Amino acid sequence: MMSAELFSVFYQFADVFAFLILSAAGLAIVFGMMGVINMAHGEFIMCGAYVTVGLVKLGVPLAIAQGLAAVTAGLIGVAVEYLIVRRLYKRPLDSLLATWGLSLIVTQSMLLIVGSSITGIGTPEGSFAIGGYTFSTYRLVLFACAVAVLIGLYVIFMKTRFGVMARATMQNAAMAKALGARTGRIYAISFGIGAGLAGLCGALYAPTMTLIPTMGATFVVESFVTVVVGGANVLLGTAPAAVFLAMIRMALNASYGQIIGQIGMLFAVILIIRVLPEGLSSVLVRRGR
Amino acid sequence: MKSGHLFRAAFLGVVLGTAALGAARAAEPPLKVGLLEDVSGDLAFMGMPKLHGSQLAVEEINKSGGILGRQIELIHLDPQGDNARYQEFARRLLSRDKVDVLIGGITSASREAVRPIIDRTTTPYFYTNQYEGGVCDASMISMGAVPEQQFSTLIPWMVEKFGKKVYVIAADYNFGQISAEWNRKIMKDLGGEVVGEEFIPLGVSQFAQTIQNIQKAKPDWLLTINVGAAQDSFFEQAAAAKLNLPMGSSIKVMLGFEHKRFKPPALNNMHATANWFEEIDTPEANDFKKRWHAKFPDELYINDMGYNAYNALYMYKTLVEKAKSTKLEDMRKVIATGDACIDAPEGKVCIDPKSQHTSHRMRLISVGPQHEVTVEKDYGTIKPYWLGDIGCDLTKKNDKDQYTPSHLPNKS
Repeated sequence: MMSAELFSVFYQFADVFAFLILSAAGLAIVFGMMGVINMAHGEFIMCGAYVTVGLVKLGVPLAIAQGLAAVTAGLIGVAVEYLIVRRLYKRPLDSLLATWGLSLIVTQSMLLIVGSSITGIGTPEGSFAIGGYTFSTYRLVLFACAVAVLIGLYVIFMKTRFGVMARATMQNAAMAKALGARTGRIYAISFGIGAGLAGLCGALYAPTMTLIPTMGATFVVESFVTVVVGGANVLLGTAPAAVFLAMIRMALNASYGQIIGQIGMLFAVILIIRVLPEGLSSVLVRRGR
Repeated sequence: MKSGHLFRAAFLGVVLGTAALGAARAAEPPLKVGLLEDVSGDLAFMGMPKLHGSQLAVEEINKSGGILGRQIELIHLDPQGDNARYQEFARRLLSRDKVDVLIGGITSASREAVRPIIDRTTTPYFYTNQYEGGVCDASMISMGAVPEQQFSTLIPWMVEKFGKKVYVIAADYNFGQISAEWNRKIMKDLGGEVVGEEFIPLGVSQFAQTIQNIQKAKPDWLLTINVGAAQDSFFEQAAAAKLNLPMGSSIKVMLGFEHKRFKPPALNNMHATANWFEEIDTPEANDFKKRWHAKFPDELYINDMGYNAYNALYMYKTLVEKAKSTKLEDMRKVIATGDACIDAPEGKVCIDPKSQHTSHRMRLISVGPQHEVTVEKDYGTIKPYWLGDIGCDLTKKNDKDQYTPSHLPNKS
């Protein structure tokens, strides 16, 4: 019985953690690294969800549909970077407006073209019981994907040549360019990865949620909050930020319900930003040195 | 010569007079109906059928000669689920467009945002949703079902069939809070126990913890009065976690058509009491559905809100024609006679003079594993009696207040 309680605590933590990481991963790159306040982040998530559901209804197996959805969102991201965001790197407030406009156009167009709601595809079968509780296996798959995304990000940006160039470009684009990095392409690919990860988030949550054009909105607050608490160093900050916020939210959700859970989490965010304006990663980096 | 002149003048006069009369009739201004319904934003999937229902009714009424010979002009604005915009648009419709009647609003929050603005005018307002009940306001006519029609039927049935322990998940705003209060009152009267109550902020879409809290509390059944697309994700997640509890609600299936939006069996074992659901199989209902789907072939489901919105225009037509006036006070004189009735697709419905709420034919429906809808019990016509019983009498006094089981009128 004790172990059931322990497992349930882990399960709830894993569930909130996965939600925070998956919704924030794409934004961590686009906003955290590239500095673009991407108000259309939720629409990339929606895109991933809709493509997944569309493909599954055409008979494509779920996992493949999810992969294709992430790729689709990534390619759309590259196009958006090339057509809109590229022109606005030096004007962050204008890029905020432009992406916000994009978000409004996309949600309204989806509403007009696809309709106000589409039928869901259902969560993959599978559940297990421990003690008096039953759990959905798919939620653990989400947790595994969140961990995989974190590892993937670390490998791409710390262990590959592209990653080194990308980090150099984000730190000092002119210098990186002088040293031969093709910064334009690096920006486009980075934005594409960010959009693709957002699409992956939508793809993974699509079977578990109501599908409406504005569904991305339920992820946006959590994603910005996680990235901001994580701080400037995305690779070091996002994971501990998600761990920290997930623990607070899980504990409060379990003891006092969802309202207090949400209030408590946002209150913790205010405290962190007040005490550590540079986010959690500033502490970790200093320790690291 | 003289007589010819006279004759000609008379003839001219008759012609001109007739022409003037004809012109006056053609220029008889249309009746302006202001409609506030969300067709974008989070509630668009519920608001769209409301707009469609209104459009269908307007088209039918105009084709058959309008109201008192006047055509209806429908002016629809989309507040996008934003209560501030509801207020702004209500003011615009009332003061700039000078509408003859205002209809609409989805959430109870939007209704309460608009009601004080209406109360300062002499324009009638139709609220077309089922809701938590209790509004005692002479400016408002409520077309939807209320707790004495929905909860007083559903909850005793659930208790008898499944047991005395209930767990409530409710949206955290006036609708959810007051509905939960109704549940507490009715459960207490039945000797039942509310083993848990959880209020969810709008927009929350993740329910793993809630599901576990429910399993811990071990209820016999769930009362689900969660609202909006995000919160509806509960059903999918609960089904995936094999929660497998019977559920009851005043807004699921007939209003949010979750059984059409989620893959079976997410809504299995859901129960609701409704005056309308698309699966009603009577000649009148089938005829209505046929007309609706002919005009809107892509409609996923004709929900009760859309149906009530359709009825609202016919009720307005009846009131205006019986009163021979578009003035609220004249229409209320018709309501006071108790004779404000229409033959709706569900059957005959009438406005109760004391509360200005509508009587309804109520049925209890259940959803099966393949999301098939079955009628479990037919309650016949239930009047909206609660407000009258606690002392709201709009024929005598306009309270302009919303009452709940814990907020009753002062006994004078």
